[in-house]
Amino acid sequence: MRNVKSLAFIITSAALLAACSSPVKVTEPAPVVESKPAEAPAQQDQTRAVAPVETKSIDPLDDPKGVLANRSVYFDFDSYVVREDGKSVVENHSGYLTKNSNRQILIQGNTDERGGAEYNLALGQKRAEAVRKAMTALGVPEGQIEAVSLGKEKPKAEGHNEEAWAQNRRADIVYK
Amino acid sequence: MRTMNKLNTVFLTAGMLAALSAQAQLRVEISGVGSNQIPVAVATFADESVSPTQISKVIKTDLERSGAFKVIDAGTIGDINNVDLSAWKSKGADAVVVGTVQKAADGTFAVRYRLMSTVQNSKLSQLDQQAPAQFTRLSAHKIADDVYEKLTGTRGIFATRIAYVTQQGRSYRLEVADADGENVQLALSSNEPIISPSWSPDGTKVAYVSFEQKKPVIYVQNLITRARTVIANEKGSNSAPAWSPDGSRIAVALSKTGNTQIYVANATGGGLRRVSNSTGIDTEPQFSADGQSIYFTSDRSGGPQIYRMSVNGGDAQRVTFTGSYNISPRISSDGKSLAYISRRSGNFQLYVMDLASGQEQRLSDNTNDQAPSFAPNGKYILYSTESGGRKALAVVSVDGRVKQRLTIQAGAIKEPTWGPFMK
Repeated sequence: MRNVKSLAFIITSAALLAACSSPVKVTEPAPVVESKPAEAPAQQDQTRAVAPVETKSIDPLDDPKGVLANRSVYFDFDSYVVREDGKSVVENHSGYLTKNSNRQILIQGNTDERGGAEYNLALGQKRAEAVRKAMTALGVPEGQIEAVSLGKEKPKAEGHNEEAWAQNRRADIVYK
Repeated sequence: MRTMNKLNTVFLTAGMLAALSAQAQLRVEISGVGSNQIPVAVATFADESVSPTQISKVIKTDLERSGAFKVIDAGTIGDINNVDLSAWKSKGADAVVVGTVQKAADGTFAVRYRLMSTVQNSKLSQLDQQAPAQFTRLSAHKIADDVYEKLTGTRGIFATRIAYVTQQGRSYRLEVADADGENVQLALSSNEPIISPSWSPDGTKVAYVSFEQKKPVIYVQNLITRARTVIANEKGSNSAPAWSPDGSRIAVALSKTGNTQIYVANATGGGLRRVSNSTGIDTEPQFSADGQSIYFTSDRSGGPQIYRMSVNGGDAQRVTFTGSYNISPRISSDGKSLAYISRRSGNFQLYVMDLASGQEQRLSDNTNDQAPSFAPNGKYILYSTESGGRKALAVVSVDGRVKQRLTIQAGAIKEPTWGPFMK
């Protein structure tokens, strides 16, 4: 029984790995290239040639329905700790960044509107640093991440109530 | 190439004209009066209608706005060398301001003024200025400065300027205006936030934080030449620039080590040197008047409080103790007073502290004050506040008696900073 389970696990993993490592296939027709018919009577070997076309795989970052489309990590009031609901966002992007070492991100920390501009900038920095540390702990090299703060200057929600403030206590992942 | 330059110039000029028409018109409201107002009569300057500025009106408005004077309208006094001082004394005026304006052949204006004392029955001061049309307003402010100084003993601030940021949607503008909110000039426009403008001590440059690179970066902009220099663009956030009194250095807050700490840079860029050394937030550095200390905001005790340390770093002394949130320290030019924002009962309000005694005074009844700055003569504090849900600027005398409010018609106005005395 145990062996069967293990075997099943291995097969599933292998299938997953295979899915991961091979480029995503897109069921689009290959681009049609118009070419002028050859003027001279075609020879047998030329008319039977096949030039292969490979479609480009979609970068998962560009998939609007993919997990990487979620790029915001929210924080509690007066808190600078990544919440449980933000951990998957951190993990998904960490996974992408470790696989794509040429990609770099800005983590922009934000605060709600209450208090001074400069002190809020420093508090927003603490939020960005919390996300940065969580990502480096998952193996993302420092060189791919820059933690910065927008303080309270760029609120996502413009209201002056707890609902808006909760939206603005946030760190955003921005790909360069 | 020459044609190209010309096109550029035309383009800029058109752009500037468009900017002028769209610019924020500041509206000033005054409330409260100073103690011991000095009664001073101000005459309409002879022939002042030839100049684009109604000189005597600007002088009167300045003096009234200061709260230090009770201004008496003296009508027109044609012969400034023969003022009936005893008559004005009997009308209650301690001093009389008289003057003339003449348009010169080259289009400039000769603005002459005399300050006469009815108490001493003599001339206290005089000033003869030759001003091109666009500076006639400035010449009036300089006269008001002279009247203020001769009658109160303190240098006037009417000819100084302020800088601030306006925001309308995604349009951010760093503007410079006269201290009375007039003569607005655009210094920088951007689609990203601009915060923390800070004047160089000579008044020709402004350091600020711009978000145009998707992160806070510190620039110094020469207001005359438009040249911009990056002062700090380290990894992380770069913010809170503040000039040393001699103009050679700029204190900044950088997060390059992973937490926001205070550094000092050369005012021409480069030469970064770390000054503070804590595990938390150290930000909002401000040089003391003698340039030997730096006041700053730190959360080392939990919430934000104001501290002071040597410009070379080392141990810091805590300065604020009342309340759990004290930020944005600003030091008066005589080094004796600290202006700051304190949160009390959920409201962010402007306070001033006498540094020798530690005695503090609340200067505002508002709920959301920010970004205080002293007038260069130490008598007034400019700050941003909220009025009817809209952001406005406010000025209060350090004794809390005289209050002014500057508003604009649309959008927000914030991050004000009072400029220095100019040569």
